[in-house]
Amino acid sequence: MDFGLSEDQVLFKDSLRRFLDAECPATRVRAVMEGPDGHDRRLWGQLAQMGVTGLMVPPEHGGAGLELLDLALAAEELGRSATPGPFLAVAMATAALLESGNAEAQKRWLSGIASGKQVVTFALGEGIGEWDAARVATRATGGKLSGEKPVVPYAGVADAILVAAQDTDGPALYLVERGAPGLAVSALSGLDMTRRTDRVVFVDTPATKVASGRRAIDRARDVGLVLLAADAYGGSRRCLDMTVQYALTREQFGQVIGAFQGVKHQLADLATDLEPALSLWWYAAHAYDHIPDRSERHAALAKALFADLYDRAIRTAIELHGGIGFTWEFDLHLWFRRAMFDRAYLGESRYHRARAAELAGW
Amino acid sequence: MNLAYSAEYERFRAEVRAFLAEHWRDDGTDTADPGSIAAAMGAVVRTDAKASEFRRLAAARGYLYRSIPKRYGGGEQPPDPLKAVIIAEEFRRAKAPFELMAQGPSMLVPTLLEHGTEAQKARFVEATLLGHVKWCQGYSEPGAGSDLAALKTRGVLEGDHWVVTGQKIWTSSAHEAQWMFALVRTEPDAPKHDGITYMLIDMQTPGIEVRPLRQMTGEADFNEVFLDNVRVPADSIVGKRGQGWQVSRSTLKHERALIGNASMIRRTFDGVLLLAQLTEVRGQPAIKDPVIRDRLADLEAQLLAAEYNSHRLLTASARGEDPGLAGLVIKLHSSTLQYHVTKLAMDIMGDRSMLAPGEATAPFSGMMTTAFMWYYGLALGGGAPNIQRNVIGERGLGLPRDQRK
Repeated sequence: MDFGLSEDQVLFKDSLRRFLDAECPATRVRAVMEGPDGHDRRLWGQLAQMGVTGLMVPPEHGGAGLELLDLALAAEELGRSATPGPFLAVAMATAALLESGNAEAQKRWLSGIASGKQVVTFALGEGIGEWDAARVATRATGGKLSGEKPVVPYAGVADAILVAAQDTDGPALYLVERGAPGLAVSALSGLDMTRRTDRVVFVDTPATKVASGRRAIDRARDVGLVLLAADAYGGSRRCLDMTVQYALTREQFGQVIGAFQGVKHQLADLATDLEPALSLWWYAAHAYDHIPDRSERHAALAKALFADLYDRAIRTAIELHGGIGFTWEFDLHLWFRRAMFDRAYLGESRYHRARAAELAGW
Repeated sequence: MNLAYSAEYERFRAEVRAFLAEHWRDDGTDTADPGSIAAAMGAVVRTDAKASEFRRLAAARGYLYRSIPKRYGGGEQPPDPLKAVIIAEEFRRAKAPFELMAQGPSMLVPTLLEHGTEAQKARFVEATLLGHVKWCQGYSEPGAGSDLAALKTRGVLEGDHWVVTGQKIWTSSAHEAQWMFALVRTEPDAPKHDGITYMLIDMQTPGIEVRPLRQMTGEADFNEVFLDNVRVPADSIVGKRGQGWQVSRSTLKHERALIGNASMIRRTFDGVLLLAQLTEVRGQPAIKDPVIRDRLADLEAQLLAAEYNSHRLLTASARGEDPGLAGLVIKLHSSTLQYHVTKLAMDIMGDRSMLAPGEATAPFSGMMTTAFMWYYGLALGGGAPNIQRNVIGERGLGLPRDQRK
C-alpha cells in the first residue's frame, strides 16, 4: 500500500509549476481575461506540448494514457496559477468520449484534443442547479437536438459539444459540431473571467449519438467534480501562501503582522483544514480509476468540501490583506473569481452532500 | 498510489492472524468498569496478568512496541508502517490487548530511550510497556499552563537527595500511578527554560498528597498533586540537571501523535450515524432530515480526509520523508472534528441531550453526551488549541514568534 505520488507524478507537477510560474504569471492571466474569448491559443499549445491536454487520452490517439490522479495534479497547478483556458471542459469531454466506448467518435476527436488542435466541451446542466442526466429536458428526435444549456464552459471556442440529452431510450450523449444549423452560442459575462462560459441553444440542431444511457455523462461529471476539487485546493493553497508571504513583510504597530496571534491563528486554522483535506481529492481521483464502488460518492464529497474551503481561503486571504485585497490592481480577486466558479459549477455543495447521503443509503 | 497490499503483506497478515488465533481468546474476563472509556475500548487497555503475559509474547514476536529494543521488552523491528497498520487491524479484530496508550508507554518510554541511563531503561521500560508500572505526568501547575516553562515546583539538592516542594495540576491517573515523571525547577537563577530538571518520583514517597479533581463530565480522572519536602534520590533525574525542558520535548512530541486519532473519531461518527437512524424526531428518523443529512455528509468528508491523511503520513514515514505541515495539524484537525461530530449527536437528541450520562432514558445511556464533553478534554490535553495554532503558524508556516518572556 502506498498513499502518495509516484516519482513521475512529482516530477510532472514540478515541471508544470515551473512552466506556469514562468509563462503564466498574473500579468498573462489578466491579458487573457481581458481578451475576447478567454482562450490563449499559444498557451494552450504549450500546455499540449507538455502533455497536459492528452494526459488521459490513450497512446493510440496520441496521449499519455494516464489516470485521473495525473489530470487532477495538473488541475491543482492550473488552479494555483489561475490559468485561463478550457482545461476542465476538455477533460470532461475526454472522459465522456472514453467512457462512451464509441470507437468512431474517439478516433475522430481524441487525437485533436491531445495535440491541442481541437477543443471539445461538455454540456450537462439545465435550469438552476439541475445536473442529473435523468432530469435534463434537452431532447433528441430523429438525430436533431432541441433545448437549452444555460452555462457551458468554452462552447464559444469549441469545435464540438458533447450534450447530455433525452431520447426515446432515456438519457444519452450526443455530439454537435461547430457551426451546425440551429446551434446558437452566446457568450456570457461571467464572474470568473479566466474560465469562460456560454449559453447554448439547440433548435433542431443535427447531432450524432455518441452513447446510450447515463454512464458516460455521469463519469464525465465525476471527472469534473474531482478536477474542481483539485483546482480549489491549488487555488486555496495559493491564497494561503500569498497571505503568509504578505504577513511576513507587511508591518503595522511596529512589527510584521504575521507575529500577531490574531493573524497567525487565522492562517493556522486555514492550514489545518486544507492540509489533511488534500488526501480526500487524491483518494477520489484514485477511486475513479481503481475503486468503482466508491468513485461517485467520493467525487461528490470532495467537490462539496473543497468548494466550501476555497470560499473560506479567499475570504481569509482578502481580509488579512486589508484594503489592498479589495482592489482590481492586486491579484487576489483572480482567485476569488476561480472560487466562485468552483463552488457553483456542476452543482453547489449542499446538492452534492445530499447525493452523497443518498449514495450511502442513509 | 497503490492502495492494495502486496502478497508479502497479505502473508504477514495471515501470520499475525495465526498468532492471535493461537494465543488470544476473548474470554469476557475484562476487568474494566462497565461504562468507562476503558470498557468501551475493550481488551485493548487491559492490564491484568493475562493481558500482560499476552503483550510480552506479542512484543517478543515483534508485533507490539516495534520501535523498542528487545532487551527492554520491545519488538525491535525495522520501521514498516504497513505492517504496523496490519497488526493494529488484526489485533482490533481479535479484541486482543494492544500497545498501552497511557502516558507511561507513549510518553515516558520514548523519553527514557532517548535520554535515560542504562539503569533507568532496564528498570522501567519493560515494566511500563506491560502495564506493571503506571505513570502520571507532573508538568502543569496552577501558574504554568500554556506557559509551561514558568513552572515553580522547586528541587534543592541536599546530599544525595533532591528535596522537592510545589504543586502539580491536571495530573491524569495520579491516584493510581506508582510513579510520576515531573518537571522541577532546580536552577532558580538560570533563564526559565534552562533551569528545569526532568525527575522520576516514586508516588509512595512521604510528602506527596493526591487530591482528585473532578472534570466537567463528573468523573475524576485527574488530580492535584501536592509535594512537600519530598525526598527524591539524586540519580532519579533523566538527562542532565537543567536540561529537563529539552528532555521533555520528546514527550510532548509523542503526545501530539497520540491524541490525533482518526479511527477514534470514526467510531464516534458511526455511533452518531446509528443514533440518527434510530432517533425519531417529530415523526421521522432524524436521518431523513435534510439538514442532518447535510451535516453528516460534510463531517464524513472531513473524517475521510483525516483517515486518508493518516495513510499519507504513514506513506511519508515509510519513504523517510518529512510530513511537515500535514503532521503538525493533526491534533487541531481531529479535536475540532470530534467537536462537530459529537455536537451533531447533541442536536439529533434534541431535548434528550439535556439528560446526564447514565440516565436510563437517555439515548445510548448518554454515551454521546459524555463524548461531547470529552471534546474539551481532547482539545486541551497536550496543549490548548491556541498553543497548537502557534506551533502550526510558527513551525508549519514560518511565521515569526510573537513577543514572549
